[in-house]
Amino acid sequence: MVSPVSEEQNYGLLSRMATNDGHGENSCYFDGWKAYENDPFHPTLNPGGVIQMGLGENQLCLDMLQEWIEKHPEASICTAEGASEFKRIANFQDYHGLPEFRQAIANFMGKVRGGRVKFDADRVVMSGGATGAQEILAFCLADPGDAFLIPTPYYPAFDRDFRWRTGVQLLPIHCSSSNGFKVTEAALESAYEEAQMANIRVKGVLIANPSNPLGTTMDERTLTTLLTFTNRKRIHLVCDEIFAGTVFDEPKFTSITEMITQDDPTYDRDLIHIACSLSKDLGLPGFRIGIVYSYNDTVVNCARRMSSFGLVSSQTQWLIASMLSDEEFTHRLLSESAKRLSERHAIFTSGIGRDGIQCLTSNAGLFCWMDLRKLLKEDTVERELELWKTIVEDVKLNVSPGSSFHCGEPGWFRVCFANLDHETLEEALRRIRRFMEERRRKTIKRRREEMPPLSLPRTREDMSMGSCLPSPHSPLVRATS
Amino acid sequence: MGKWLGPCVPLSSMATSNTHGEDSPYFAGWKAYDKDPYDAINNPSGVIQMGLAENQVSFDLLEKYLEEHPEASGWGSTGISSFRENALFQDYHGLKSFRKAMASFMEQIRGGRAKFDPRRIVLTAGATAANELLTFILADAGDALLIPTPYYPGFDRDLRWRTRVNIIPVHCNSSNGFQITLQALEEAYAKAETAKIRVRGLLITNPSNPLGTAITRCVLEEILDFVTRKNIHLISDEIYSGSVFSPPAFVSVAELVEERGLENSERVHIVYSLSKDLGLPGFRVGTIYSYNTRVVTTARRMSSFTLVSSQTQKMLASMLSDEEFTGKYIKTNRQRLRERYEYIVQGLRAAGIECLQGNAGLFCWINLRPLLVEEPTREGELRLWNLILQEVKLNISPGSSCHCSEAGWFRMCFANMSLSTLEIALKRIKIFMERGRQDIASLI
Repeated sequence: MVSPVSEEQNYGLLSRMATNDGHGENSCYFDGWKAYENDPFHPTLNPGGVIQMGLGENQLCLDMLQEWIEKHPEASICTAEGASEFKRIANFQDYHGLPEFRQAIANFMGKVRGGRVKFDADRVVMSGGATGAQEILAFCLADPGDAFLIPTPYYPAFDRDFRWRTGVQLLPIHCSSSNGFKVTEAALESAYEEAQMANIRVKGVLIANPSNPLGTTMDERTLTTLLTFTNRKRIHLVCDEIFAGTVFDEPKFTSITEMITQDDPTYDRDLIHIACSLSKDLGLPGFRIGIVYSYNDTVVNCARRMSSFGLVSSQTQWLIASMLSDEEFTHRLLSESAKRLSERHAIFTSGIGRDGIQCLTSNAGLFCWMDLRKLLKEDTVERELELWKTIVEDVKLNVSPGSSFHCGEPGWFRVCFANLDHETLEEALRRIRRFMEERRRKTIKRRREEMPPLSLPRTREDMSMGSCLPSPHSPLVRATS
Repeated sequence: MGKWLGPCVPLSSMATSNTHGEDSPYFAGWKAYDKDPYDAINNPSGVIQMGLAENQVSFDLLEKYLEEHPEASGWGSTGISSFRENALFQDYHGLKSFRKAMASFMEQIRGGRAKFDPRRIVLTAGATAANELLTFILADAGDALLIPTPYYPGFDRDLRWRTRVNIIPVHCNSSNGFQITLQALEEAYAKAETAKIRVRGLLITNPSNPLGTAITRCVLEEILDFVTRKNIHLISDEIYSGSVFSPPAFVSVAELVEERGLENSERVHIVYSLSKDLGLPGFRVGTIYSYNTRVVTTARRMSSFTLVSSQTQKMLASMLSDEEFTGKYIKTNRQRLRERYEYIVQGLRAAGIECLQGNAGLFCWINLRPLLVEEPTREGELRLWNLILQEVKLNISPGSSCHCSEAGWFRMCFANMSLSTLEIALKRIKIFMERGRQDIASLI
């Protein structure tokens, strides 16, 4: 339809930003999604299709939200009950946001943190989802070439959100399974030093608490380590608390905001910034409700101005303001959501536990961090990706390989459990069981075939020993040659 | 304050610069209005806001539609998708039904003289985001976009702030009704070359804000030839395309591109939004339409930072797919805008004020140069603006905030208030003008 243009011609016409791969879509994190899109599971129409377990979405309480909306037509400006507000709301584009929206968000954030922190509605800034929130904070806090340190493993899209258009770098703070992937002071110092040596200016640390993909919450000790470190270095601490409302088990969630109370001058509050959203807690990713909350006035002002590039639709602000002002409802929702997540988590972990698969012990999030290290032939990323390919193509489950999260140890996989219904989860568990049983059968068969009485001779000498040659990679052959 | 040693790392240079542009008088007037807003009953002597280009003349048509079509408002069984599906929908391709509806709406506005492929529509949260996004895609930091003056003050922020791209003005003046000339384009381009700044594109607003005029066909042809010759992009911000209320008929760059058989169209991109034509700025619905497939793909990826709420997409898809409704809306809206325009022009003329002859938009470009007899400078213009704000209690936008190279022009909006408020605004300005030029000049 459009006249053909040579690739080079087109290339030169666009910016470097447009032609690099900062968009991050070349990551294998997305390959699984593509496999799913090409062959999506459906219980009746495509029962052999790929089950999507790579999407960190919370679909467990949408029925409650739907019920609330049906009972409150006045929350929509398009219904007869809400129509009187249509004109005012449709016209409202002030980047401060509707005051009732900001207040409702501030109250909700407090509620999610068990009422232990009070949030100031004047510090609530809107953004285009948490995606937009992260980018705004990067633009406010860092110049191109500067860096933020980030604990691994981390959510793959941070690479895009924090770096693509900002030119800011993300440098890893290496965490390992030896201590449950907790952030240590040594790891922080090491990452910082490495940046210093490479002449890269570190502007801050970016953490996600609860963690994606680990599903764990940070303990007070770790939070203290982070606060002490960033204060000492006089750098920023950006906390993505998008999963704060998905904590379903002990230990209880401690938000960074609880560690920096107003009267305690230990930590410089000007360095603390939060990003969150309603995409996970409420399960409303389509509505694009992102929040930047900062204790730094200059950052609030700058972020607010930048929010012009990604304001929340006033129609949506109005709906959310109504919904979140319903204290009884939000209380019920949060508690029911935790219950349902806990149940799901238990079903999944006990299910795969019976097949001998362990997950990192977790108490939050919409996923498990599954340990498949013992299934790897070698402790390498290549083997992890091989295994992942098998899982996607043969077992037909889209799970996310740890390497796409920059995990330093091959063999870990993130598996989501809240974005599918109960029956689909059971089907996924059945497939995992079959896969593990098949592997066990193959292993037993291989071992039997490697045992001396069944070996075939390769040379006269071997003949006398009665050894067998099932395949050139038999360990027995290697041992004798 | 604390026991910390030494200052902390500085914020970004972006956070501490003032490229956000809010120190401009364009915004100072808004602040004055916010402090003392006119209200017919509660504050009849307050400031009347005439600096806000909003369209409030056709809301009743939308309200009526929603009343008659309850399925557009909820997620019921007759709705396009259930609540659950909608709430989860965050695909940056956007709701297919919505893209189709936008494409057909854009076609209707252009009287069917251009076709829009829904697959080339990228959705963003407002035209603000669309313009910034395109700039990120088409230019590197340090590069420049050419923009004819006078232009919308918000461009200084939208196109430059986070992108670090420069704007080089293409100077237009009243000698030919501020039309863009080839000479002005060439001059601006040469200036950039001398300064060793790489020009990546030309951004035009058609119809123009603040002029309120649609660009003529022959100027548009010249512009297309110019960008092709220089191998640069053309961004046509057509946000006011639905508000062309008098001849000459609106000619979109889309029509020209089609007439040329899509030759060299890979450098043409159109920005549109529902904020002006439908009067829904709060809903944040902007779009980029590009003839360049790579731009479409990249823009779509970048739109992740600025998606349109799926709740809003669903509601509008329903409304905009109703071609009978949209056809009637477009026609009625134009008519009402024309009536408003004629009303304000008449009122201004009676007060002794001339405007640039306009045929589109939500504002007039008024000529107050005769009042700057003694000081036809930017400073004089700003003093006159302040005088009008403080004494006449009208917030209008000074031409200098739009980078107009001639002092004395002001933009006056007429569609963001009731007719009775407009009447009062005109009365005030008439009284002011009756003081006479000498008197006023002495006050400036």
